[in-house]
Amino acid sequence: MTATLVEIRDAIRSRRTGAREWVEQAIAAIERLEPQLRALVSYDADRARKLAREVDERIARSQEVGPLAGAPLLVKDNICTRFGPTTCASKILENFQAPYDAHVVERLEAAGAIILGKTNLDEFAMGGSTENSAMGPTRNPWALDRVPGGSSGGSAAAVAAGMVPAALGSDTGGSIRQPASFCGITGLKPTYGRVSRYGLVAYGSSLDQIGPFARNVRDAALLLEIIAGHDSRDSTSVNSPVPRYTAALDTPLDGVRIGYAEEYFGEGLDPEVRQAVEAALDVYRSAGATVVPIHLPHTKYCIACYYLVATAEASSNLARYDGVHYGHRTAAPEDYIDVYCASRQEGFGPEVRRRIMLGTYALSSGYYDAYYLKALKVRTLIKQDFEQAFGQVDVIACPTAPTPPWVIGEKINDPLAMYLMDVYTVSANLAGIPGISIPCGFSGAGLPIGLQLLGPHFAEERLLRIAHEYQRHTDWHTRAPQIAAG
Amino acid sequence: MPGKIDDAQVRHIAMLSRLKPTEEEVRLFSEQLSTILAYFDQLSEVDTTQVPPTAHALPVSNVFRPDEPHVPFGPDQALANAPRRDGDFFAVPKVLDQESA
Repeated sequence: MTATLVEIRDAIRSRRTGAREWVEQAIAAIERLEPQLRALVSYDADRARKLAREVDERIARSQEVGPLAGAPLLVKDNICTRFGPTTCASKILENFQAPYDAHVVERLEAAGAIILGKTNLDEFAMGGSTENSAMGPTRNPWALDRVPGGSSGGSAAAVAAGMVPAALGSDTGGSIRQPASFCGITGLKPTYGRVSRYGLVAYGSSLDQIGPFARNVRDAALLLEIIAGHDSRDSTSVNSPVPRYTAALDTPLDGVRIGYAEEYFGEGLDPEVRQAVEAALDVYRSAGATVVPIHLPHTKYCIACYYLVATAEASSNLARYDGVHYGHRTAAPEDYIDVYCASRQEGFGPEVRRRIMLGTYALSSGYYDAYYLKALKVRTLIKQDFEQAFGQVDVIACPTAPTPPWVIGEKINDPLAMYLMDVYTVSANLAGIPGISIPCGFSGAGLPIGLQLLGPHFAEERLLRIAHEYQRHTDWHTRAPQIAAG
Repeated sequence: MPGKIDDAQVRHIAMLSRLKPTEEEVRLFSEQLSTILAYFDQLSEVDTTQVPPTAHALPVSNVFRPDEPHVPFGPDQALANAPRRDGDFFAVPKVLDQESA
């Protein structure tokens, strides 16, 4: 399936192609590709067919339908749905059935979208490759021996391979933008607070944000319009009006100032990635934008800062998995403490345990000031870097990831090397600002490369407009991997 | 080079984290966590004497909502995912042994 969300919506509403046909196409693509890609944790074809029939019946009777009526979508499996399991790709939640729908699921379904299933991820969204999944790794549709990125690797691979036109993921340190880059699609992390986190299984609560994956910026804008907005069940959800993001996309770029921070083009950046991103800046120059040098001096501390904040929050959030009320419980505990220890040891994979221990250490007596509190202070400086930069420019352009996707297994035994791959994405989460990744080329080996644009708080409208302008001048976003053609 | 964190500390943190690593894992984690913590130490270069901490990028405080009654989960919904259920209760392994009971 290569149709976009907007094309599918228009075809269904104008009665050219029914919802049932789109859903059947998506199911056929999933059945054909899933044995190779392993992008999904679960899906329910019968439920999707039933919902599609309902949409088609409403349209046949000329009844009102929502703006996404009949569009088949997938959501990451750390987003709660009343249908099917919600596993977070963890053994500890293997049999967990969420008792409620996440806010974004309510919004999508109210808009008429058909959620076909749940996508694979690094366990509890902890990772950048989808290798840390208890269900096994997802493969990159552009090169099956390579990672799709992560943690929302299943959503990114599914959209890139043409299973569905769009999907939702979550981004705590780059988990939407980096897999979008690795799979050659568009992925947006909204401003912290723009989309309700109600029903998103918590990893780092001050960093987590839900956002869309799509084939182009217009579809991402359409999805954001639907999922953004206030929800009193998430006290950090911001009560400000949601702009019509799709309406602003075609405003010309004249006078737009794009920031270029040399800190994002230094050591460790793959030369092919650098070349593709520099070429993207030339596209913007020709479109009437000005590229302005800026500085983000605390960039070199962002990985240390992020991994202290995120693991500290994770160690606290994941304390709830105690084997008592839900989730895995060990079969034969030695004593009552062992109910907790053995259940958690058996239920969590190695990366989750590593992060819980790091966070516990950073919060423990004697180390709190040197690690956790210090990281919160450096976080202030990273946030101030962006505030100063956005005094001079409208957006910042940089690579999404320092390299193209790596081979599965290549970095799995070196956690620090894996963390360092997040160098361009984590700062946006620390500062709470929005970021988008769009395809901007391919390496010599045919692997996708992503351009990241970062904007100030609540500047999604501007970010989407500037990203869309790039897609008006280029066709990287229209390329699909061979596997999608079947 | 001595690690930042030795096997005994790893065992202590594992207990605080309510985890139960194998001896092999204790050795692996002490090595890996030492490398990661040594990397984190670069934060000490940054002068933060006058810098306040940021726990949330967008400070929000005193968020209120109307105090409206709603229907909470019933026992069946609340207990649906229980590892073991006994009537309307979560069943857990016995906490106290016979002598201390």
